[in-house]
Amino acid sequence: MSEYVVELKDITKTFPGVRALSHMQLNVKPGEIHGLIGENGAGKSTLIKVLTGVHEADEGEVLVNGEVQHFKDPQEAIRAGIACVYQELNMEALLSITDNIFINKWIKGSGALLDYRQMHRIAKETMLSLGQDIDVTKPAGSFGMGIQQMVEIAKAVIANAKMIIMDEPTSSLSDNEIEQLFKTCRKLKEEGVGILFVSHKLEELFELCDRVTVVRDGEYIATKPIGEWNNDDLISAMIGRTLENQFPKKYGTRSEEPFLKIENLNELGVLRDISFEAYGGEILGFSGLVGAGRTETMRAIFGADKIDSGKIYIKGKEAHIKSPRDAINAGIAFLTEDRKGQGLVLPESIGLNMILANFKRFTSGFLLDQKKINEAGQKNIDDLKIKATGLDEAVQQLSGGNQQKVVIGKWVNTDAEIYIFDESTRGIDVGAKVEVYEVMNRLVQEGKCVIMVSSELPEILGMSDRIIVMRDGHITGEMKRGEDTFNEESIMKAAWEVQS
Amino acid sequence: MKKRSSGLMDYAGTFGALLILCIIMTIASDKFLRVNNLMNILKQTSFNALVATGMLLALITAGIDLSVGAVATFAGCVAGFLLSRGVNNALILILVMLLTGTAIGTINGLLLTRLHLPHPFVSTLGMKNVLWGASLIVTNSQMIAFSNRGVDGVLTLGSATIAGFPVSFVVVIIIYIIMHILLTRTSLGRSIYCVGGNPEATRLSGINSANVLTFCFAVSGFMAALAGLVTIGRSGICNGANAIQPYDTDAIAACIIGGASFRGGKGTMIGTMLGALIISVLRNGFTLLSVDSSWQNLVLGLVIIGAVLLDVIRGRMAANALRKAAAAIK
Repeated sequence: MSEYVVELKDITKTFPGVRALSHMQLNVKPGEIHGLIGENGAGKSTLIKVLTGVHEADEGEVLVNGEVQHFKDPQEAIRAGIACVYQELNMEALLSITDNIFINKWIKGSGALLDYRQMHRIAKETMLSLGQDIDVTKPAGSFGMGIQQMVEIAKAVIANAKMIIMDEPTSSLSDNEIEQLFKTCRKLKEEGVGILFVSHKLEELFELCDRVTVVRDGEYIATKPIGEWNNDDLISAMIGRTLENQFPKKYGTRSEEPFLKIENLNELGVLRDISFEAYGGEILGFSGLVGAGRTETMRAIFGADKIDSGKIYIKGKEAHIKSPRDAINAGIAFLTEDRKGQGLVLPESIGLNMILANFKRFTSGFLLDQKKINEAGQKNIDDLKIKATGLDEAVQQLSGGNQQKVVIGKWVNTDAEIYIFDESTRGIDVGAKVEVYEVMNRLVQEGKCVIMVSSELPEILGMSDRIIVMRDGHITGEMKRGEDTFNEESIMKAAWEVQS
Repeated sequence: MKKRSSGLMDYAGTFGALLILCIIMTIASDKFLRVNNLMNILKQTSFNALVATGMLLALITAGIDLSVGAVATFAGCVAGFLLSRGVNNALILILVMLLTGTAIGTINGLLLTRLHLPHPFVSTLGMKNVLWGASLIVTNSQMIAFSNRGVDGVLTLGSATIAGFPVSFVVVIIIYIIMHILLTRTSLGRSIYCVGGNPEATRLSGINSANVLTFCFAVSGFMAALAGLVTIGRSGICNGANAIQPYDTDAIAACIIGGASFRGGKGTMIGTMLGALIISVLRNGFTLLSVDSSWQNLVLGLVIIGAVLLDVIRGRMAANALRKAAAAIK
């Protein structure tokens, strides 16, 4: 028997243009709860996918109980004893707990008929062993997220898993449910199951884990027993990149009065007590982990989602924003995070996409003014250096960077005063990123207000005048450029730190 | 590669198909090319062309309106009901018909956008059956005649001709021109395509997608009622049993043959007109050649499947070209 239930040795995985994992190491002992932590994009998900047979590693070895394994598909990983409870649960809400546990692994009795008596019994016993005394014949949808997650764990237990990966298992659980999950984890640990616990929350690692591994930029950084880590060590192990000068920051003149003032914005279960101000001539960065509520804040301000309470002031006057139209009329532009899903009408032309948010400006009488459209569109193409055959080209034929520029053009054409860039440089190449930064520079130099939501710390530090950090749906920190706290470490602390 | 090639060339294929069909018919039957027959074809086309206008709007938004035939019938039956209760002002009857159609269309739209039924397939299929029942109820399952009852104005649109040319088709041409301008040259028209292409991006661009959708279904209801008026003019009666005739299928066929897609975001008035003409010529040809109506339905069914297949193949080719273009960028 090997010392470890699962071991990764020198795993390297490359995708076209990206090295997702480079010489990654990981080892999990039987009966151990092993924490895995890293920034967004540090390679955690790729690592999980290699472990579960979704991806095959280019180099390196995966060992299960000391034996080298080459998983070709997820089924092989499951057979070898590796199970994963994903962040997004795949429940059949209308089917019973038993049905969900035994999906595709039905127990048949005599003949070809399913033996529900036995399945119910095993389901009941397994759920009981996980501390859940529930009626397994009821539909899964009638239970909360916590129980539904237990169903996933029960599947792993019944499949005799030697290691269970939990990918941010607490992100959608209530405090009670989290407590119950921890109990279950400790129970599984006693039974000799290894658990890989991926979490964004440091306090959970300190409470639950035996050892913690830190990864960064696809590379292994360190594994230590939990007693040898502290808050600051973990954070500095996760960051530690040098900032290169890929951010051509320019400065505008900050307006006297705030362009946008938010007071006590609340959205039940999503946002609480969000208050901040954004000024003209300033880039205000929004940092935090994925799911911290940054995009939700912006959607609420833009009228895309309903809020429960809170006030929005634009240039000192209260604005009643009920829909995106109201927000646009109030002078807000929102460059959404998901440009294909929410930013562009892909099959339509560049020209049409450019005028989509401001038809009024391009209409004379009843009809659209083709001349105005062509002039403005050509100016957009020239200003933003969009590589396209012409205004008639369908947006779906453009590269990601050029598509993003069309989104920018669409919003510049609304003559907005406040521009919200939500992860606008994600998935586009470095050159195009710099061009997006140049647009931000130009806007603040024209005295406009820019809000930049970004998960990339170097970018947010490189471009912002001020940074607001969010965590769990509320604001946990604010840093000004030039102050001592304007660095990665303070941001990470505000985004991650244990709070009492 | 451009999105739109220069104008009329887009219709070369459809127009060619229509032309070839006409040539075949001319050879097959000496009655086909007679003026009388051609005018007949236009008269027949009027109904489908009007119904297809609304269907096209629904299809562009990636929806469908299966209630169009039933709306046309029901609007006529409401007029018949009023007539039997002594309302004998033609103008009032016409207005009530058009209002009825528009109201039902609006309800279809609201079911989709405010009550969030999953797809207009559901609401309009339900509505079709509701109207079928309602048509029979208001007419007591009897046909009601409009001729010689002092409401000839109701019959004018469907029966009158100018120098032999059917007035109904003149109205169709005017409506097609207006709708063409609406779809291509106004912000509302462009919004309709955008809602079909990506409703969420359109909403986040400040366009009220729900209202745009409701408008499309309201127009569909209005056009169907207008088509119902044409039918009354042609037949002189209203008949509730017609509510489940496959009028919707003919309209869908006209749109799809004309370049619309079930995936939304595509379709034009010119294409739809060509599609409607192709269907009429087919049906007319079958009649001239005395082909049994069962065979007519069978062939039309195949034509629809063929047209959709063509659309799927076009979509796949476009996706392939896209992938190649994307690869070239990298």
